[in-house]
Amino acid sequence: MNRRTLLGATAATAILAATGAFAAAHGPLKVGFIYVGPVGDGGWTYEHDQARQKLLAHFGDKIETVYQESVPEGADAERVMTQMALSGVKLIFTTSFGYMDPTINVAAKFPDVKFEHATGYKTADNVAVYSARFYEGRAIQGHIAGRMTKTNKIGYIASFPIPEVIRGINSAFIHAKKVNPDVQFNVIWAYTWFDPAKEADAAKALIEQGADVILQHTDSTAPQAAAQAAGNVITFGQASDMGEYAPSPRVSSIIDNWAPYYIARTQAVIDGTWQSANTWDGIGAGMVGIGEITDAVHEDVKAEALALKDSIASGAYHPFTGPLNKQDGSAWLAEGEVADDGTLAGMDFYVEGVTGTIPN
Amino acid sequence: MNLGAIDPVLLIASLMVAATPIILAALGELVVEKSGVLNLGVEGMMITGAICGFAVAVETGSPVLGFVLAAMGGAALALIFALLTQYLLSNQVATGLALTLFGLGISAMIGQAYRGVKPPATAKLNLGPLGDIPVLGRMVFSHDWVVYFALVLVAGVWAFLKYTRGGLILRAVGENHDAAHALGYKVVRIRLAAIAFGGACAGMGGAYVSLVRVPQWTDGMTAGAGWIALAIVVFASWRAGRVLLGAYLFGGISVLQLNLQAAGVPVPVEILSMSPFVVTIIVLVFISARQKGAAVAPAALGRIFHASS
Repeated sequence: MNRRTLLGATAATAILAATGAFAAAHGPLKVGFIYVGPVGDGGWTYEHDQARQKLLAHFGDKIETVYQESVPEGADAERVMTQMALSGVKLIFTTSFGYMDPTINVAAKFPDVKFEHATGYKTADNVAVYSARFYEGRAIQGHIAGRMTKTNKIGYIASFPIPEVIRGINSAFIHAKKVNPDVQFNVIWAYTWFDPAKEADAAKALIEQGADVILQHTDSTAPQAAAQAAGNVITFGQASDMGEYAPSPRVSSIIDNWAPYYIARTQAVIDGTWQSANTWDGIGAGMVGIGEITDAVHEDVKAEALALKDSIASGAYHPFTGPLNKQDGSAWLAEGEVADDGTLAGMDFYVEGVTGTIPN
Repeated sequence: MNLGAIDPVLLIASLMVAATPIILAALGELVVEKSGVLNLGVEGMMITGAICGFAVAVETGSPVLGFVLAAMGGAALALIFALLTQYLLSNQVATGLALTLFGLGISAMIGQAYRGVKPPATAKLNLGPLGDIPVLGRMVFSHDWVVYFALVLVAGVWAFLKYTRGGLILRAVGENHDAAHALGYKVVRIRLAAIAFGGACAGMGGAYVSLVRVPQWTDGMTAGAGWIALAIVVFASWRAGRVLLGAYLFGGISVLQLNLQAAGVPVPVEILSMSPFVVTIIVLVFISARQKGAAVAPAALGRIFHASS
């Protein structure tokens, strides 16, 4: 690039940025969303888009929203964010773990644009992070799974070996083990958030090896369809209710409810009170919802699950309460001790009893 | 680790399902390439077939009709390619790549109304007493009709190319289109038919993913299966039997690696994930190496034909 084109490019960028700022100052607030999957995935991205629509309904003409779906995690994400920021978007929600570094990089270039990154841990003056305590919902799933399984084999379709996913496996395992000491978890790492064919194959492989409960941390409904075809297998909706598979195989679900948070943060930008923060809410605050437990679950089990939900919501019980050991047998939490958020946020180990190793 | 948990019967049954879309797409491309045309748009034709088949099956409630329309959708897209390359003499590689991009885009557009919809189930074929044979019944005779259709098609294409006059003409066109033209064969028309057949096969393969294997519609759901099919045609040195072998190997190892993970085999997940690609290529290259390498490719592959030249 010679100096003239560099100057030209810089000038063009400056003009774009200026017109963007101009438009934003005189029009409605523009809010942008970056999605990792299609809005029709029926899971993770679907719920973020539902929240976007509720946000729009709440503020009406005062805001405008834009979104980009199926954005790959990596360099493409940076381009999309940059383009959004240049087009006058003042608040950008980046809704997948893999957007963490791209978000930080782009945020450094646009100090007057606010960024909200989901499920990450890196913040900056104009980057806040938010996540939901999905592991609270996983505890309830683990409880139901442990009580319902007849083969004592529970299949788990994991996505990437990141703390959020490992927390989910641990939480589900602890609570399944509590009610069924013989329970065994088989974990498949799919290395994707969204690939229906691969998720379906993974579910089939687990079912063929005797699993009669499938937990998933991937976003499509393909595993639900595979379980339905197999019969006698139960599943849980992931991120979204996936109610089209109720009452069976889907017997309950974890529902992400992002709307209240999105509304509060957008209001803060409008009021000029927005500040970088680290929000991590669970069932109690309403960010994690538990979908209806269907009649396929025995009444007693359902009552236990709801009692567990209430005790987690009220704060009386924490899903990671000692005594708990790590997989290698070393002590982690003493009797009655509760895991601190720092350890949970960076969790990179299995608890005692989970077989297999976590890929690097 | 518990290898005993892997049931070989179910494993082979799953691999037959996993390989079917690739067999169909690769077989179509085999015929296209045998006629001397290189169509890199397999992925685009597959995904178009996937949404056409899905939409029609949902609207009519008939999966069979879905597969028929998927074949027509794939063939229609292929005919665009045929028009551009055979009449307007455009570059086949570039046009094929464009076809893939076009197919991905148009399928996403048609598919918007079909997200989260469940398609009608494709029933397993009841083969009567065959299905009751122990082991073999569950392994081989418990599938839907498309699995067997694909196998019959493999035999059909093999017999057509080897034993029929039509097959000989098709190969002649692919080996030396000028000589075939001099003999009075309609080179462009024959290639047109081959391209349409290739599109129809790819379309059906795509519909198998959206109607049976997953079954649901999501954007870009064929996820590279078309490219695998293209590679298998080359590594199978343009032979129908080896296409079947390659597709079963690839499908089999894809399923096997998930099973090994579930069984807790202490092999790094990264190695398991890439094993289908590596093993399929090594095996097919090894088989093909015994022949005189490049001589097996159709001599006129990818070359533009015009009657004046």
